Amino acid sequence: MKVAVASGKGGTGKTTLSVALALSVEEPVSLLDCDVEEPNCHLFLPKHEPMQTREVFVPVPHIDESLCDNCGACARFCQFNAIASLGVKTLVFSDLCHSCGGCAKICPKGAITEMDKLIGKIGSFRIGELFFAGGTLDVGQPISPPLIKEVLKSVPGSRDGLVIVDSPPGTSCPMVAAVSEADFVILVTEPTPFGLHDLKIAVETIREIRKPHCVVINRCDSGDDRVEQYCDKQGIQIALKIPDSRNMAVAYSQGKTMLDAMPEMRPGLESMINNVILQQKRK
Amino acid sequence: MKIAFSSSGDSLESPFESRFGRCRKFIVLNDADDSVEVVDNTQNLNAAQGAGIQAAQNVANAGVQCVVSGHCGPKAFMTLDAAGIKVYTCESRGSVADALDAFKKGELPQLAGADVNGHWQ
Ligand code: SF4
Ligand code: SF4
Repeated sequence: MKVAVASGKGGTGKTTLSVALALSVEEPVSLLDCDVEEPNCHLFLPKHEPMQTREVFVPVPHIDESLCDNCGACARFCQFNAIASLGVKTLVFSDLCHSCGGCAKICPKGAITEMDKLIGKIGSFRIGELFFAGGTLDVGQPISPPLIKEVLKSVPGSRDGLVIVDSPPGTSCPMVAAVSEADFVILVTEPTPFGLHDLKIAVETIREIRKPHCVVINRCDSGDDRVEQYCDKQGIQIALKIPDSRNMAVAYSQGKTMLDAMPEMRPGLESMINNVILQQKRK
Repeated sequence: MKIAFSSSGDSLESPFESRFGRCRKFIVLNDADDSVEVVDNTQNLNAAQGAGIQAAQNVANAGVQCVVSGHCGPKAFMTLDAAGIKVYTCESRGSVADALDAFKKGELPQLAGADVNGHWQ
């Protein structure tokens, strides 16, 4: 079963919660860091064996200038404006390419072949029953979903059990890519006007892709009760409230986890994850 | 020689627009006979990405040799450069005609590279 931890904006405590959840279950569990633009889960995990890394490539078009007559068919075809045909020259902007493969198919001169372009890498390791994998997007690569999808595929086939996905913040394509395969989504928010605003957008997105979800309120004693009122009205379960704690801030800055800073949260985390698993099994 | 000015309207009297990729129109002046032609760029207003590239392609296909605009990002510059088009920047908030005046007087600096960073998302 896959559980995605997501939030409408960064800095709500998504990674903190993902790591704490992964460490609070006793059974085999996989933690996937899909926040590939700013991966940081691994910083909070205990000592581990060396990371195994592999590179991830996407196919992008390469134009053989000796065959191309600059007819412009490929540029007109590409929905992503990744090709410019200038009459004298045809340019490919591979960082805008979504690897649909269409331009190579429609080129009347057969001038386009697909070449692999490196977009990032995936590191993985184990700590006892925990399997971790996380992606790191190469600097300057604007398109992350292909890498996120590879991270989601990196759980060894022999493993079943719980998979926790730390999703990229926001509600655009990267977030949707990360939660698309989840059975359940945990939305992390803060009880502030900004938190509520971003939560609403996240809830809309999650409803659109029809994923069962619940809300976790981080720093629950720091703001007002509008997030709770909103969840109440919308019939969204608040599965956990995490108090604002100076210990947590200190632990975070030292690479320690929520379980180090607030061991009293363990039962809450355990029962939340058990409830989610139970709910899903009943279906 | 054909010179393209980014604009929000469709004549020399229309306001000069400082954005290259997302201007509505290009006013193209042919200085051989002072004829004016309008190149539509509105399809780029809502482009999720690559507006500068497409705008560059639009002016290249109109056969221009020079572009006068406010700012130019790296991809647009690269595309214009590949098409052999020179880019001049103009800070004018006036009309296209004002920008044309400044261009004719040789007051506008020619860009040697992109002067704004690309935006990826
Ligand atoms: S479709 Fe083929 S021949 Fe035409 S411009 Fe593109 S690469 Fe060149
Ligand atoms: S593969 Fe698809 S997205 Fe990439 S350049 Fe070709 S047509 Fe555009």
